[in-house]
Amino acid sequence: MIKDVLQQLWKDKFARAALIVLGVIYAALFLADFIAPYTKDFSDRTMAYVPPSKIFTIDENGKLSKPYTYNYIREFDRENLTIKYKFDRTKKHYIKFFAKGQPYKFLGLIPLKLHLFTTDKDGRIFLLGTDINGRDVFSRLLFGGRISMTIGFLSLFVLFPIGLLYGGISGYFGGKVDMVMMRFAEAVMSIPSFYLLIILASILPSGMTSTQRFLLIVIILALIGWAGFARVVRGMVLSIKNQEYVHAAQSIGASKLRIIIKHILPQTTSFVIVAMTLSIPSYILSESGLSFLGLGIQQPDASWGNMLKEAQEFTNILYRPWLLTPGFLIFVSVLAFNLIGDTIRDVLDPKSKIR
Amino acid sequence: METLKYIIKRILQTIPLLIIVSLISFFIIRLSPVDPLAELKLNPSISPVTVEKERQRLGLDKPIIVQYGKWAYSFIKGDLGVTSTGEKVSQKLKERIPNTLLLTSIVILLTWLVGVPLGIIAAVNWKTSFDRILTVLTSIGMAIPSFFFAVLLLLFAVKTGWFPIGGLTSPNFSDMNFGQKFIDIAYHLVLPVFVLFTISLASLQRQMRANMLDVLDSDYVKFARAKGLPEIMVIYKHALRNAINPMITLLGFEFAGLLSGAALTEYVFQYPGLGRLILEAVLKSDINLVMASLMMGAVMLVLGNLIADILLIITDPRIRVKS
Repeated sequence: MIKDVLQQLWKDKFARAALIVLGVIYAALFLADFIAPYTKDFSDRTMAYVPPSKIFTIDENGKLSKPYTYNYIREFDRENLTIKYKFDRTKKHYIKFFAKGQPYKFLGLIPLKLHLFTTDKDGRIFLLGTDINGRDVFSRLLFGGRISMTIGFLSLFVLFPIGLLYGGISGYFGGKVDMVMMRFAEAVMSIPSFYLLIILASILPSGMTSTQRFLLIVIILALIGWAGFARVVRGMVLSIKNQEYVHAAQSIGASKLRIIIKHILPQTTSFVIVAMTLSIPSYILSESGLSFLGLGIQQPDASWGNMLKEAQEFTNILYRPWLLTPGFLIFVSVLAFNLIGDTIRDVLDPKSKIR
Repeated sequence: METLKYIIKRILQTIPLLIIVSLISFFIIRLSPVDPLAELKLNPSISPVTVEKERQRLGLDKPIIVQYGKWAYSFIKGDLGVTSTGEKVSQKLKERIPNTLLLTSIVILLTWLVGVPLGIIAAVNWKTSFDRILTVLTSIGMAIPSFFFAVLLLLFAVKTGWFPIGGLTSPNFSDMNFGQKFIDIAYHLVLPVFVLFTISLASLQRQMRANMLDVLDSDYVKFARAKGLPEIMVIYKHALRNAINPMITLLGFEFAGLLSGAALTEYVFQYPGLGRLILEAVLKSDINLVMASLMMGAVMLVLGNLIADILLIITDPRIRVKS
């Protein structure tokens, strides 16, 4: 089945493009330490809000040269009362590929110094400029992406077992159990999800380590979505439970939990896969929204949402458009997930024609 | 008569639902380590008498079940307590809820006016290039983060000066006559409505298209075609009426999604709605306000679903027969 799905995905033009885009993004995130010229916490206070570095391949004499860049120097323009950034033309900083730069631990284990590209010791290369603390936006995009692009998946892995079991028990037992369980699920669904999300996020105690916070946000995101999912599963279980093979299992004397888990829930697999791929984007969006408000991932950790927090200021979006890049990445990856999800649904659930 | 009975039954069903909602929200908020009166105590302009009155009203020295009872009782009476700045919570909600309702109802109206026809056209022209282009456009609409889109539009408003940059009214609003007031509000609503419209249009159009495709595939449509009815009649008289019913059920869900989506949009545009209110309350840990706006959000959502259900009874006779 998986092979079939992949083949279909590859056949569809849009889905193939989406697969490639996501593949590139995830590969880049996996190799973030190597690709990023700086570490996550590197900051150069003298270089706050520096525009993207310009890379020159033709030198001042009009000759082809190895790629080099100039550092920026900050100058205060007394007439217009603005800060200006000028090139420091006195020194060229050549860009070095596969060279040694800042030390890091690859995947948190192997200490390395190798970077895809870097420049000499007092040169700075900021492909997408810097933020208020003089941190490289390009590097932080990669490290932030690690959080933004995994949090959705992790939430789904918490949410789906809960929803499946809840819906399975409710549907299989029926009667009063079903009544009570479904009323509870409906009540959870009756609270506007984003309201619940921000309230849950706001009661997280401060002073947690970033890993703890990350995990708790995963759980909160999962708490929001399980009810709707459980309701659909229950509906499916209601129609499956009267089939003959379930009766057969009952007459053999299999326990109720075993029937639910082993015999009924596997029948919902294709629905689960479709629902999962289609709901990843909403989790990516929720996390970014939460972090955008300052309730999700906290500084100094990066996530695409909390990097966009700086876009809340007019001066930033007017004069420092490079700070908006995380928004485009969210857009691209959500779009890619949507396109893949649509195609998977077409393959696994040919009856529905929503596309 | 039957219809009325069903509607009353449906209304009564919402009561236990709201009780469970209030229990869930109450326990979530009370289990948090925040002292509900901390902000109030810190505010020097609030007298200790008021703080003491709040303590009595909330029954903070009693067990949590009693606290819930006290809270629920005063909620029903309409006494929602005071905010951390000493204002009445009910007053604040009265200001904000109409604004959010205004925003969401305009968006729902617009998405229906545009999304339903687009869904029909896409379904009728299934798999043509028009349909493909619409599909791509809706995919794009669904992928834009609402707050990011809002920020971009705000940038647009600042650069061109064509639109006001946030809020609901101009500073000189109180000096205007009725017509000017109307225009002023409409002018301020353009951008927030546009953001929410773009985002909710996509899913509505897709749903309508899917329903229409389902219906167009059914036997009675084939029969209508076979007996030689003109295509226009087939689509608008036979297919459309059946395709639209599931959409009415979705109306409730759409409203729920909009309430959530509106929160971020309201925040970016500084729009004085319920979403921004709850957000500010959360950031200030103003417990009374959070609790009350959470409940009001849930009430609005439940009422939205109720209205959708009642509409469905009116449009779809099959439900009446079943009940």
